[in-house]
Amino acid sequence: MEPDLMDGQDTADQAGARVVSLTVNGERRGALAPVRMTLADFLRHELGLKGTHLGCEHGVCGACTVIMNGDAVRSCLLLAVQSDGAAVETIEGLAADGELGPLQQAFHRNHALQCGFCTGGFLMSITAALREGPVETDDAAREVLSGNICRCTGYAGMIKAVRETSAELYRDRP
Amino acid sequence: MSAGNAAGAPRPVIGTRVARREDYRLLTGRGKFLDDLEMPADTCEAAFLRSPHGHARILSVNTSAALDVPGVLGVFTGEDILPMMKPLPAKVAHPDLQEIPRLPMALDAVHYAGEPVAVVVATSRYIAEDAADLIEVDYEPLPAISSTAAALAPGAPLAHEGARDNVAVHVTQRAGDPDQAFAAAPHVLSETFTVVRGGGHSMECRAVAARFDTVTGQLVVWDATQAPHYARNALAVLYDMPEDDIRLIAPPDVGGGFGPKAQFYGEEAVIPWVAMQLRKPVKWIEDRRENFISAMMERTQTHRVQVAFDDDGLLIALKDVFEHDQGAYVAGLQVPMITLSTVPGQYKIPNIHTELYSCFTNMVPTSSVRGAGRPQAVAAMERMMDRVAEYLGLDPAEVRRRNLIQPDEFPYKVGLMFRDGSPLTYDSGNYPELLRGTLERLGYDAWRARQAELRGKGRLLGIGIACYVEGCGLGPYEGAKARLTNSGEVLVTLAAAPQGQGYETVYAQIAADAMGLDMSYIKVTTGDTGRIPFGQGTFASRITATAGPAVLRACQELRDRIFATAAVMLKTEGKNFVFRGDRVTLAEDEATGATLKQVTQVANVGKHGITLLRGVRAGLETSSYFAPERAAYASGAHAVVVEVDPETGRTEILKYVIGHDCGTVINPLLVDGQVLGGFAAGIGNALYEEQFYDDTAQPQTTSYLDFSLPSAAEVPPVELFHVQSPSPLNPLGAKGAGEGGTIPAPAAIANAIEDALRPFGARINEMPVTPPKIVGAITGTRGNPGSRQNRSE
Amino acid sequence: MKPPRFAYHAPATVDEALGLLACYGDQSKVLAGGQSLFPVLSFRLAAPEHLIDINRLPGLGSLERTASGWRIPALVRQRQAERSAELAASAPLLTEAVAQVAHPQIRNRGTICGSLAHADSSAEMPAVMLALDARMTIASAAGTRTVSAGDFFLFHMTTAVEPHELLLAVEFDDPPPRTYTSFAEFAPRKGDFCLAGVAATATFGEDGTVSRCRVVAAGVSATPLRLGPVEDLVTRSSLDAAVLAAAQRAAHGAVDSVGDVHADAAYRRQLAAVLVRRALAAVAAKAASGASPDASIPTKEDNDGA
Repeated sequence: MEPDLMDGQDTADQAGARVVSLTVNGERRGALAPVRMTLADFLRHELGLKGTHLGCEHGVCGACTVIMNGDAVRSCLLLAVQSDGAAVETIEGLAADGELGPLQQAFHRNHALQCGFCTGGFLMSITAALREGPVETDDAAREVLSGNICRCTGYAGMIKAVRETSAELYRDRP
Repeated sequence: MSAGNAAGAPRPVIGTRVARREDYRLLTGRGKFLDDLEMPADTCEAAFLRSPHGHARILSVNTSAALDVPGVLGVFTGEDILPMMKPLPAKVAHPDLQEIPRLPMALDAVHYAGEPVAVVVATSRYIAEDAADLIEVDYEPLPAISSTAAALAPGAPLAHEGARDNVAVHVTQRAGDPDQAFAAAPHVLSETFTVVRGGGHSMECRAVAARFDTVTGQLVVWDATQAPHYARNALAVLYDMPEDDIRLIAPPDVGGGFGPKAQFYGEEAVIPWVAMQLRKPVKWIEDRRENFISAMMERTQTHRVQVAFDDDGLLIALKDVFEHDQGAYVAGLQVPMITLSTVPGQYKIPNIHTELYSCFTNMVPTSSVRGAGRPQAVAAMERMMDRVAEYLGLDPAEVRRRNLIQPDEFPYKVGLMFRDGSPLTYDSGNYPELLRGTLERLGYDAWRARQAELRGKGRLLGIGIACYVEGCGLGPYEGAKARLTNSGEVLVTLAAAPQGQGYETVYAQIAADAMGLDMSYIKVTTGDTGRIPFGQGTFASRITATAGPAVLRACQELRDRIFATAAVMLKTEGKNFVFRGDRVTLAEDEATGATLKQVTQVANVGKHGITLLRGVRAGLETSSYFAPERAAYASGAHAVVVEVDPETGRTEILKYVIGHDCGTVINPLLVDGQVLGGFAAGIGNALYEEQFYDDTAQPQTTSYLDFSLPSAAEVPPVELFHVQSPSPLNPLGAKGAGEGGTIPAPAAIANAIEDALRPFGARINEMPVTPPKIVGAITGTRGNPGSRQNRSE
Repeated sequence: MKPPRFAYHAPATVDEALGLLACYGDQSKVLAGGQSLFPVLSFRLAAPEHLIDINRLPGLGSLERTASGWRIPALVRQRQAERSAELAASAPLLTEAVAQVAHPQIRNRGTICGSLAHADSSAEMPAVMLALDARMTIASAAGTRTVSAGDFFLFHMTTAVEPHELLLAVEFDDPPPRTYTSFAEFAPRKGDFCLAGVAATATFGEDGTVSRCRVVAAGVSATPLRLGPVEDLVTRSSLDAAVLAAAQRAAHGAVDSVGDVHADAAYRRQLAAVLVRRALAAVAAKAASGASPDASIPTKEDNDGA
């Protein structure tokens, strides 16, 4: 697997670079990463996956949240080199064959996004939470959402989107 | 508005909940935010070195070590960019303004911690920051002004050496004869309120990128701005370049604006300049640390309020003298000027005196953040209304009711001037209905009973109300073009730039109804000075009321032009047309018609060398600039029930109701989104968000580890209802919807908290109302050291 | 806010890691969860020349039962602790507290030992470990040593771990029978750094009085603070309403806090005292209802002290 070409880094950084091979949204990817490059910057600049955004770079706003080996994590608080061998999921992987998944459709229906900058982080946090179990009350939905910040929507549409998606995903469970 | 009800013609879409076109790309990670755009491969990244001092002389700057870092293409200080170092004008000024130049980058001195001192351009942001760390600046620190009290103290040091004093402007507005009214009034109450707000904290920080084309001598600038034309015009002046050689584009996606991105910053001038000097594309993506310290915010206002009233609680006079922290430079006076005229609110007050001291301090310049000076004004007025009620032993809702401007009293002249230069005149509204509806949905009487019952058990329930007006839909104008493109699609070009308001959807709705054409044939493009020459920007909840009518008129005219062309083509002069799908057809005969594409072939494309059909006007494009006669007035009423834990100071919101009047509602889904989004920001202002500076004007809250924004867990559910009082000032009847959720929230919640604490007689005079302040008010000790220093004693 | 340059090491064995620490000592930082370290690097508050990533070290990633209690090695994530039913059954204080740390996205990576080594004075884990009389195993190339929690926390962000050393694990014993615990904290928003927090444990004797208790406050001092006067008052009492009120007063006197932008000293003192009372009240309620930490897995409602 050929590592993608690396731009924007000087030779000193390249000397401290390592090949990072990982699976992203089910696809084997690899590129050279300077050791100090964050996973967020690696996804965006080396792998061209711009849907993961940087809102604070200190782990609080959640815009950079991705799923790594099944866990929702802040990609701004991880080095790219730490993701070597990992399976990472980002917003780009949610719409199989271009069709919006249930959570994305619920967001759209319920006007759960306005500027859209925080949306990727929310979708990944919610996806991880819904894999753990249903979300059956508005307060439980607020709890799920509380690890990410949105400045536009006031969260009302997101709460509905989480509840509706949970109901849909867990409909056939006893 | 729609051009006929013939069978097959599309149904009206204004007023319907149309889901947004923008969503697909945003939900799949294909948004077009500035840092997501594919810039040329040789694009460099910039990092700024910023002043660590609130006030200091710059003695020397040594960039040699920075220049030596591999990967660095250039390091620029103020000295290196002298040709463009001209003062950036204030967005809103005043004849009496003490003019102190704000340069794109510091030169001889710095006046706030965070002020740009140098910029590094490198092959990556990582390297640019490494190099910035190596720049040596020799500063001579000077005394720094850290509050308006410090600014106005006798003998205070100057925030700017050589200035006359620390007052940027002193403005007084009067109506009636307030001095006489106060002297003669039966009752007078006074209080001092301090309101601290913070930054906009859009999730995307500021961003600018630029590319200079050496062949054409033209500059393209991408800027996550709310005001593309304002920025482009500023650059043309700074660079002494023709305006048409600068194309400034706000990317189709901007991650929130809320006011700070509507201002013009030094960084927006420096980045394109260095791109021109280096002959390389340059990008600067602000990080959150920079955003905390150098993006404009709203900070502290201290209001000394007096009201005069009679035994029935009828207001006789209002006096509000307030200090506004303008920061180190006047980027614009809009915030305090709005406060100055917003204080009277929904009430009939015959005698008014509002007085502003806008003060220079050594902190980042202040400018509008969602609400833009109105929350502070509403806090002053609405807190006093509750005090009047308490003093007279009357119900606070009743006191308000007695003073409201009545529905048959519009247009209502307040007696003051608004910041748009026109006499403050409210266009329309139904304030009694807003209050009535809000209190009914709250269950006001039932909650009062419950409050009394629970007080007996030692539980502290409080009820708060706040009413407000919001001047919006401001001029001078806003513009739109409409063109039938060669592919047979209608392209609506807005000068305005969106940051999540859904312009691509909303303006397609307005265009669809204006033309009677199905929305699917209409596309909207935004925020590009290269596509439309004139515009003002998205701020002050103005775009629906200004761009809306502009789109309406441009599209109605385009419709008429298309029908006229079709009439010539089909030889059916004098008959009525409608659109059916993508065809222009006779209203009474569906079979007779032409496709939009055929129409453009005739009027736009033509046949090479062949005479145009007689009667056809070439080029199916229209433009319209709508200039409102004056500001429109949205309004609302919030009511809230809280419970306060007196031991910890925790406030829990038990119920919240919003009554909102923004005139005609174009898309209910989006309007509700704006109100609820604004409400979350209001919760932040009411209970959480407070940016601190210490006595040396050093920022103390510089990350989200110190400063809390409301998450979903902090935003309670809201019951929201609408009253629609259309504005007579524009053909859509629209007002603004972006800030109504925010504006009265701090006042309503502060009112509720003080109401809850009435058994203690505690006074809540500072907002945000944080737990330490509540406990401090109960125990009589000061709640919070940070707030203390912003009050003049 | 990009991290400064550093040399990156990803040792494959503990010995290798200790060797690197011996070599680079005070020019290095250990990377485990990274949730506290990364902001420090992004803000360039520190610029270590070497980063020693211990995430690949084997054998440090599981909660371990010992003969007397629990051993939590360096790479156990906070979320593992949060989800362990066994841990909740025997050390509910820890489970209750760890759920208050930030948000799941942080707890998925953050480690318990990492929080202890970072020693933020507002953090939950240090207070809990002090209340549990935990013992820290500190390793270096020269061997391992054990330090009690009481001696481990020296100052805000400063512990007994020397620059060439690694906190390898933390251990604590199962509580004696009839021990009840409660953790209570108050933060501006759930998940924020607390303005004050209290970890309380009390063991009841046959006669219904408290034979032993620990009351530790977080966020009011440079290190987690054992409230001796409160413990003295509670011991040999039946933890009734009068004792609770007295405990609150004693706590108020025992806390000598400093004010900052988030809260003034008077508020912190009052808050800590209120939380002491509420935590002890929750302990008393559990004792009265006869719930046993060995027999049941406590729910969130049971543990809700504040």
